[in-house]
Amino acid sequence: MKAVALELSDMLVLAKRSVLRIRRQPDLLVGFTVQPVMFVLLFVYVFGGAISTPGFEYVDFLIPGIIVQSMVFGGFVTALGLADDLKKGLMDRFRSLPMSRAAVLTGRTLADISTNIVQLVVMIGVGLLAGFSFAASAASVTAGIGLLLLIGYAFSWVFAFIGLTASSPEAANAYGFTILFPLTFVSSAFVPVESMPSWLEAVAENNPFTTMVDATRSLFLGTPAGNDVWAAVVWSISISLAFGALAVWRFRRVVTR
Amino acid sequence: MSAEAAVETRGLRKSYGDVAALRGVDLDVEAGTVLGLLGPNGAGKTTVVRILATLLPPDGGSARVAGLDVVRDARALRRHIGLAGQHAAVDENLTGFENLEMVGRLYHLGRRASRDRARELLADFDLLDAGGRRAGTYSGGMRRRLDLAAALVARPPILFLDEPTTGLDIRSRISLWDAIAALVAEGTTVLLTTQYLDEADRLSDRIVVIDHGLLIAEGTPDELKQQVGGDRLEIRLDDGRQHESATAALEGIAGGQPSLVDGSLRVPVQSRRGAIAAAVRRLDAAGIAIDDIAIRRPTLDDVFLELTGHVAEPAAEPGEPATEAVP
Repeated sequence: MKAVALELSDMLVLAKRSVLRIRRQPDLLVGFTVQPVMFVLLFVYVFGGAISTPGFEYVDFLIPGIIVQSMVFGGFVTALGLADDLKKGLMDRFRSLPMSRAAVLTGRTLADISTNIVQLVVMIGVGLLAGFSFAASAASVTAGIGLLLLIGYAFSWVFAFIGLTASSPEAANAYGFTILFPLTFVSSAFVPVESMPSWLEAVAENNPFTTMVDATRSLFLGTPAGNDVWAAVVWSISISLAFGALAVWRFRRVVTR
Repeated sequence: MSAEAAVETRGLRKSYGDVAALRGVDLDVEAGTVLGLLGPNGAGKTTVVRILATLLPPDGGSARVAGLDVVRDARALRRHIGLAGQHAAVDENLTGFENLEMVGRLYHLGRRASRDRARELLADFDLLDAGGRRAGTYSGGMRRRLDLAAALVARPPILFLDEPTTGLDIRSRISLWDAIAALVAEGTTVLLTTQYLDEADRLSDRIVVIDHGLLIAEGTPDELKQQVGGDRLEIRLDDGRQHESATAALEGIAGGQPSLVDGSLRVPVQSRRGAIAAAVRRLDAAGIAIDDIAIRRPTLDDVFLELTGHVAEPAAEPGEPATEAVP
């Protein structure tokens, strides 16, 4: 029991450190909120008129998709932070202390939840200003927000793995954006998948982002969900577990070099 | 193991791929003493420290710290050690105070005790005024002091310092040396790696020299210097052409083969007592005029050259890390 309490305490101490870092370097957060806001404005006002989304106002179609995208990238702070800790030797400091080693990772991903909450508030605010409106019960919207935070947490582990695999914070940046960014576009986030060439449509249909976006959309707009919500939850948990294991594996390797 | 050994390694081995970093190293550090681990870059110094600090598992041999095995008892061992130097670091986004408080919390000292200890250490290391500033704004010397303070949060009886002053200017080095000396006076056991010979000389009770992963010499600083030869006269003559006649004149007091280095004659002597007076008398009698004469004990530089066959690492320019490449 005491051991569990100490593990939690270590995780919270390190989560606090990561949150403080975001407060000290607000430009980090600016990057993760300003860019999605620019995307909202671009897509609603520039591309929106040219994209046909039968059954939806484009802004209603777009906002759930773009929020999922911003949640996915919120965990990027973790990749940068871990790559930085490795480079600066802080990881050695932590590992020489009689603390939980897992906390080095769990503290980071926990702190990302606070980043994700800030992003969520900004994105929903901008969405509402741009004309988005919820069309579902409060309970359903709340469940949607919960799902978004779960998705964000899952991708924090993806980024933890990237941060421990990349040779530098700059490389982590390159990995994150060249691999994940296109994946978020080949999905139902910005356009209906039916509008894509059939081979790409098949890819988009099976892309977990599409499932997550469709689930969020149904929770926010009251559209029929099918199995999307549960599938999105299963995807998120699976991604957390798989990349959590990968991150731990990388962590063990990278620190004993 | 003996009751007094704070650190003990036997046949310690470690390879990185095909490269053998340690090829069987035996070390003993008696509690309350300072062991200086001296060697060129790549000799294996940092690998030793990383194994002892439980950061790296050894491939073979054994290592015990505070009586605990570095592999089997790693977690318990970490309560007894502090680590500072080139491979430990501070969080630049946190203030000095927050850094120390965080480390205290991770040692599970409790919130209150962590804060008190942080304030105490900031005062001890002359960082009280800077304690509220982000560590990223600190000078190199301040950062190393904060780093050392972080290693001391839990008052560890055993301290590993990996090149603690590399890259610092001379004033910061001296201030850090004083801090380390004060810890030693309080009974802390220290294992120190350094590429600065004067640092090892100044701080260590015993010195171990390693090269290519092997221990090549050990002893007190004086014993090591003795190995290279004892005291010697260094004589600069008025007339550089008289070296040979001077050598002949000094034959009776020379304890070994004299040599000519940088235009000054080096003559080993058996005893420093009366050596200068005897040399002056003999040279005077031979009609050889002296520009300058002094008696010198060999430095660790000489030891290093003798033992490793190459000179010590080029001393880093003050403020410049030795390893930094020139663009």
